[in-house]
Amino acid sequence: MVNDSSQRPSPEQLLAQIQLEERRERRGKLKVFLGYAAGIGKSFQMLDEGRRRRERGEDVVVCATQPQYPAEIQAILPRLEVIPALKTGESESIDVPAVIRRHPQVALIDGLAYDNPTGSPNAYRWRDVEQLLEAGISVITTVNLQYLEKLRDEVERITGKRAPYSIPRGFLDSSADEIVVVDAPAMESLLHGATPADRAARLAEQHKLSRLRELALLVAASVVDHQLESYLRSHGVDQPWGVQERILVCVTPRSNAVEMLESGRRNADRFQGEFYVAYVQQPALSQEDRAILQQNLDYARKLGAQVEILSGLDAVDVILKFAHQKGITQIFIGHSMREGGGGVGCGATKLTV
Amino acid sequence: MSSSIHINRDEEQTYGQSDRSQLKVFLGYAAGVGKTYRMLEEAQQLKRQGKDIAVGYFEPHGRKDTIAKAAGLELIPRRIVAYRGGTFQEMDTTAILSRRPATCVVDELAHTNVPGSERSKRWEDVQVLLDAGIDVMTSMNIQHLESLNDQVFQITGIRVRETVPDWFVKSAAEVVMVDATTGALLNRLKRGNIYAAEKAQRAMENFFKESNLTALRELALRQTAHELELREIASASEERRPQQEPSSASPSSPKATIDRILIYVCADASTAMLIRRGRRMADYLCADCFAVSVIPLRDHSRLPKQDRDAVAKHLNFARNLHVETRILEGDDAAETIVDFARRNQITQILLSRRNHSSWSRLFGTDLILRIVKEAKDIRVIIVSERRRSNYTPAHK
Repeated sequence: MVNDSSQRPSPEQLLAQIQLEERRERRGKLKVFLGYAAGIGKSFQMLDEGRRRRERGEDVVVCATQPQYPAEIQAILPRLEVIPALKTGESESIDVPAVIRRHPQVALIDGLAYDNPTGSPNAYRWRDVEQLLEAGISVITTVNLQYLEKLRDEVERITGKRAPYSIPRGFLDSSADEIVVVDAPAMESLLHGATPADRAARLAEQHKLSRLRELALLVAASVVDHQLESYLRSHGVDQPWGVQERILVCVTPRSNAVEMLESGRRNADRFQGEFYVAYVQQPALSQEDRAILQQNLDYARKLGAQVEILSGLDAVDVILKFAHQKGITQIFIGHSMREGGGGVGCGATKLTV
Repeated sequence: MSSSIHINRDEEQTYGQSDRSQLKVFLGYAAGVGKTYRMLEEAQQLKRQGKDIAVGYFEPHGRKDTIAKAAGLELIPRRIVAYRGGTFQEMDTTAILSRRPATCVVDELAHTNVPGSERSKRWEDVQVLLDAGIDVMTSMNIQHLESLNDQVFQITGIRVRETVPDWFVKSAAEVVMVDATTGALLNRLKRGNIYAAEKAQRAMENFFKESNLTALRELALRQTAHELELREIASASEERRPQQEPSSASPSSPKATIDRILIYVCADASTAMLIRRGRRMADYLCADCFAVSVIPLRDHSRLPKQDRDAVAKHLNFARNLHVETRILEGDDAAETIVDFARRNQITQILLSRRNHSSWSRLFGTDLILRIVKEAKDIRVIIVSERRRSNYTPAHK
C-alpha cells in the first residue's frame, strides 16, 4: 500500500521519532507478568523464563523474591544467581547500587508493587526499576492488576477494596514495554489462600476473582490491540482488522434513537467493544427536530458513546467512510434512514462490515 | 400459512457441570506459545499431589524444554495406523480407556485422525474419554475455533481446515489462556525451538507474521475473557435457582435471555459464514438461535437438487454447532420467515448480503428487501462476508 504524501511525517516529527528510538534502544526493556491474584503462577512463569534465558546464555540475575515459594519454584531458584536484597527490619528492598555494579542483561524482580522501607533512596520499587531500566538493564517483573493506577477504580468496584499503593499510569505506557497475562482459574488460586468456610462467602469470593481474571485478560487484549494498531500504522496499512468490535449507531432526528442507542450499548458491552454514535448533518432541520436530535445525542453521551457529527452530501457515503476509518465492525441504521428519510419504524437494520 | 417441521432440539449447554468428568482447555494463539509446556507443568503438579495422571497424547515437536517437562509422567503408547502405504501414529483411545487414569493429558485437540480411525476428530476421542469419567486436560489454538474461522481467514489469509466446534469448548469446565508476547514467540521461531529451520522460514513468511500473531493473540485473550463470562453467567443463574431440577426440556434458557436470533439458511455458500456469525452473536448475547430454511409448499422438486443438497449440508453444519434447525414450508420465503419470526419471538434476523439469486428467481422479488419491509418490529442484520483485502505489509 502506498502512503499518501499528506501522511508523510515532517522533518521535526522524524527527528523526534529518531531521538525517541535512540533513547529506547539505550534503555533496558521492561516485561511485566500481569496477574489478578496471588498464587496463580506469576512468579513461576517469570523465574522459569529467567532460567530458560540463563540456559541460553543470557546474563540473568534475581534481584527480588517473595518470602515463600512452592516446590516448583524452589526447584528453579538454585539455578539462578541472586543478588541479596537489603533488609530493613521486616521489609526488604532491592540493592540498586549492587545491581547496577553487577550490570546483568536482565534483572528478575518478583513483585513490582512494593513500598520501599522509610529512608530508602526511592520510596517505591517501581522507581528502583525505572533506575535499572535507565541504566540499560532489562527488567522482568510481576504485578497484580489492582496495583496499576489506571485499573484501581475498576478493581475497587469489583472487590470493594482499594489497593494501598499503585504504579502510575505513565510507568507501563512505553510502547517498548511488554505485558504477558498469567491466566489460571480462580478456584486454584483461591486454594492457595485462606478459604472462607461458608459456601455463599466462598462463591462470592470466587465470583470477584473471576471478574478480576476477566479484567486482566481484557486489559492485556487492549494493550495488544494498541500494538496491532501501531504495527499496522507503522507499516502503512490502513486496514482495520476488526479483532476489537467497534459498534456504530447512526442517529437522525426521526429514527427510533433510544431503543437503538440502548441496543448498541448492550452490544458494545457484550462484545467488550467500543461504542460510537454518529449523526450526518442534514440541511434545514425544524426547531422540533433539532431538539429531538440534541436529546438523542445527549443520551448517547450519557451511555458513554463517542459522539461524532459528520457532514457530507451523501449520508451513506459519509457513514461508510467514517466506519472504515474507525474500523467499525457493526453499524446500526434506523428505519427512517434506510427508507430515505421517509417513514419511521421501530426496528433497525444492522450492517456488519 | 407455513408449517414447521421439528428437526432437532439441542439440550441446553451446561458449562463445566458434567457430573463425572471435567475438561480443561489450554488456549493459545499459535504453535510455540507454551501450551504443552504449561499443561505438562500442571500434570507434574497433580502428580506431586498424588493424583493418578497419564499422558494420552503429547506432541514433543523435538522441543527440549517440553520433553524435559514430560519426564516422569506415564505415557500411554500411541497406536500405529497404516494408511496408503505409510504409517501414522494416533492416540490410542482404547488403551486409555482400559488404563483409566483419573486425569488424561491430550495434546492438539483440533487434530484430524487418519482416515479409517474409529472417530475422525481428536475432540471426538476426548468426548469418549470424558463420557467414561476421565478428566481431560487438552490444548488448542484460537484459530481452530469453528466460529472464528472466517475472522481468522480475514486476518491471516489462511483457511483453517481443522476446527473444533464452539459447543465442545463451551462444555469445558475451564478455558485457560496461555500467553506469550509475539516478540518472544518470533524469537523462539528464529532459534528453531518451534520448527526446523526451513519450516520456520516459511512460517515467518506466512502465518507467523507479526501482524497475524498480534491479531490472533488479541482474539485469544478476548475469547478467553468471553468464555469466562459465559461460565459466570451460567453459575450465577444456577445460584438463583438452587432448588429446581435442571430443565433440559424447557425451551427457555436458564440465562437471562433477551434476544432470539434467526439465521436464514439458503443454498448460497455464504450461509456457512452466516451460521458461524450467528452462533457467535448468540453466544455473546446469551441468545437462543435458530437456523431456518424455507422450501416451496408441496412441490419440493421445484428446487434444484444441488440447492437442496446445499441447504441440507448447511442445516447439518448448523446442528454440528448446536444451532437449532427448522425447515419451513411456504411459497413466499420472506413472508414465511417473518411469520415464523413473529410466532417465535425472534428479535434479530440474520441474512447474508450475497444475492440469493436462485432463491430470488424462485420466490419472486429480492428477499432481503422484502424481509426488511415486512419485519419492522424485528431487527434485520445483513451480514457481509469478511473479505480480505490483498496487501502485504511493507517489510524492509
